[in-house]
Amino acid sequence: MQSVHIASAYDEELKFLSKRIAAMGGHAERMVEQAVAALVNVDHGLAQKVIQDDLVLDEGQREIDDKAIIIIARRQPMATDLREIVGAIRISADIERVGDLGKNVAKRVASVDGRQPNSLFRGIEALANLALTQLKEVLDVYASRSVERIGLVRDRDDQIDAMYTSLFRELLTYMMEDPRNITPCTHLLFCAKNIERIGDHATNIAETIYYIVTGDQMPADRPKGDKTDKVVLPGPVPAK
Amino acid sequence: MAETGAGQDNKGRALAGRLARNRWLLGAGVLAVLAVYFFAGSSAYVLLLALAALAAAAMLPADAERQPADVGAAIEASGLQRLSGEYLAAAVADPLIIFDHSATIVHANAAAFAAFGGLAPGMSLSLKFRAPEMQALLDGILAGEVASDAVDYTEKLPVERTYRVSASTVGHATGLYVLVFKDQSETRRIDRMRADFIANASHELRTPLASIAGFIETLRGPARNDPAARDQFLQIMQNQTGRMARLIDDLLSLSRLEMKPYLGPGTEVDLRQTIDSVIDSLGPLASENGVVIEREFANAPLVVPGDRDELFQVFENLLENACKYGQSGGRVTVSVAGGEDGQQPGFDVTIRDYGPGIAEEHIPRITERFYRVDVENSRAQKGTGLGLSIVKHILTRHNARLSIKSEVGKGAAFTVHLPAR
Ligand SMILES: Nc1ncnc2c1ncn2[C@@H]1O[C@H](COP(=O)(O)OP(=O)(O)OP(=O)(O)O)[C@@H](O)[C@H]1O
Ligand SMILES: [Mg+2]
Repeated sequence: MQSVHIASAYDEELKFLSKRIAAMGGHAERMVEQAVAALVNVDHGLAQKVIQDDLVLDEGQREIDDKAIIIIARRQPMATDLREIVGAIRISADIERVGDLGKNVAKRVASVDGRQPNSLFRGIEALANLALTQLKEVLDVYASRSVERIGLVRDRDDQIDAMYTSLFRELLTYMMEDPRNITPCTHLLFCAKNIERIGDHATNIAETIYYIVTGDQMPADRPKGDKTDKVVLPGPVPAK
Repeated sequence: MAETGAGQDNKGRALAGRLARNRWLLGAGVLAVLAVYFFAGSSAYVLLLALAALAAAAMLPADAERQPADVGAAIEASGLQRLSGEYLAAAVADPLIIFDHSATIVHANAAAFAAFGGLAPGMSLSLKFRAPEMQALLDGILAGEVASDAVDYTEKLPVERTYRVSASTVGHATGLYVLVFKDQSETRRIDRMRADFIANASHELRTPLASIAGFIETLRGPARNDPAARDQFLQIMQNQTGRMARLIDDLLSLSRLEMKPYLGPGTEVDLRQTIDSVIDSLGPLASENGVVIEREFANAPLVVPGDRDELFQVFENLLENACKYGQSGGRVTVSVAGGEDGQQPGFDVTIRDYGPGIAEEHIPRITERFYRVDVENSRAQKGTGLGLSIVKHILTRHNARLSIKSEVGKGAAFTVHLPAR
């Protein structure tokens, strides 16, 4: 019950932070969705829109930082509130990074010509769906504060890693098959990596929420493991 | 689960309040009826009314003064508006959410709880509905710029749904607002389905069609007078047309599933009986492939919520794969265990084969449409690459999960976690 304040203006300030975070989150979710759609359909117009949309997130992060610092200076918050405010700063930074990654995917649309096999694009779409599901679940937990659901988010992390490793292998084989594939496939590889990192930021956000709500660090049982560093292709691929 | 619980709790409390307030309701109602009756009359009645009121005032000065004031207070404070609002909300089939000036949820109807996981009274709407167009809608209505407004809102995950969302203020100066979600997913999905179907079908049908066309050409030309070759070619052509027919069936059932992503409520199925009939129906395929199917579960019925035909398809696809791709293992086991998936009680049905297994990097991908580990092998087995994607769709509808464990050289195990009631 520490969160009962005398000043309700203070409450309003805290509410402002969480509302702003949610708006940023919604914006980032939309950007990633559209960046992947632009990539899969090779839609340059949509890619351009995503690139411009990133400004909104930079602005949002700056606003949250400023507001948070003012609140800390003026209200000298304790325990729960302080965690809430520091958490807001951390989460907005993660969301801003998610936006950057989305923007980076959008930028690469120009270098991909859509002649790569369909299965690749479907794979990237599936990877993006996993990452976006994770982001959505995490932001939903931010809204509901039901931290017991965070475990599910971690499960997804492993799925994302596995999917990324599989895509990595597939891309590698295409590049070895035909050198003309190297440029577009490298861009696709970076796109996949960016999407995978969106999942990592979602996990960071989950950890921050856990800290805001419980005051503890989330128990660290993450054997960090995408296996790309171990991927070796079987045998030499015959030259064409 | 917890969300629905909270909703019910709320209703219970509302009921108690309703009983307590009923007497005021009665009073207010009677007064309202009287008022309407009198004012609807002609001007002569108004005169009469005035006289009567005077007389009444003379006879019962204290009561007449107190009563209208009390009734007014009852309407304002008793939550009459909120109560009838709850009835109304429950009567609306579309998701409906009532919220206050700070975008905090005051009440949500059952449809809203069902459509949006994680809703709870007291939660902030602007934290839950984060899409830019929803934020704009909420901001606009709360700032009082407009009395009502509507936007199109699409949720991509877990299943794609499109709504026409309208927001409006409730009554005059009640401080309450309402959001209503009209589901437009069906129309949107049909459009998408059409485009997808054409893309997938044309891509996958091209190969067998090209081969049939090639054989026809050969039959009319070089092989015209060669009965042995003719028979052989006709056999191949028959296989190809069979494959095309299967492909179309699979694509259609996948599209149908995608069109109705929710399972009808209240259907139940006996898992044991369903699995047994799948085993029976695949008996011929199993013996043809030299595979023995071993069943490892009790004979008692296991009733779970679900659609029998759909779950039949799930186990049929999994068992068929096990017999086809795990053929070299010579046996396939089907087992059922009471499993705990997270906090959710349910059943785990595992179909295990002892064939070559699936390499780690393919596991996350094999439920994608048309994904085949070994295209040649799958073609030889008359596969279309849609089986597991159908399985995944059906399981999503059942709130169930598929997990795949495999070690190369040792076989594969596909486990379906089905939640109990
Ligand atoms: N038990 C298994 N062992 C090894 N590989 C498997 C197993 N089950 C599925 N696979 C692999 O997964 C791929 C996809 O399976 P899926 O059932 O979706 O398609 P299919 O069997 O090719 O076609 P369909 O089921 O539509 O006739 C298969 O082609 C096969 O390579
Ligand atoms: Mg199959």
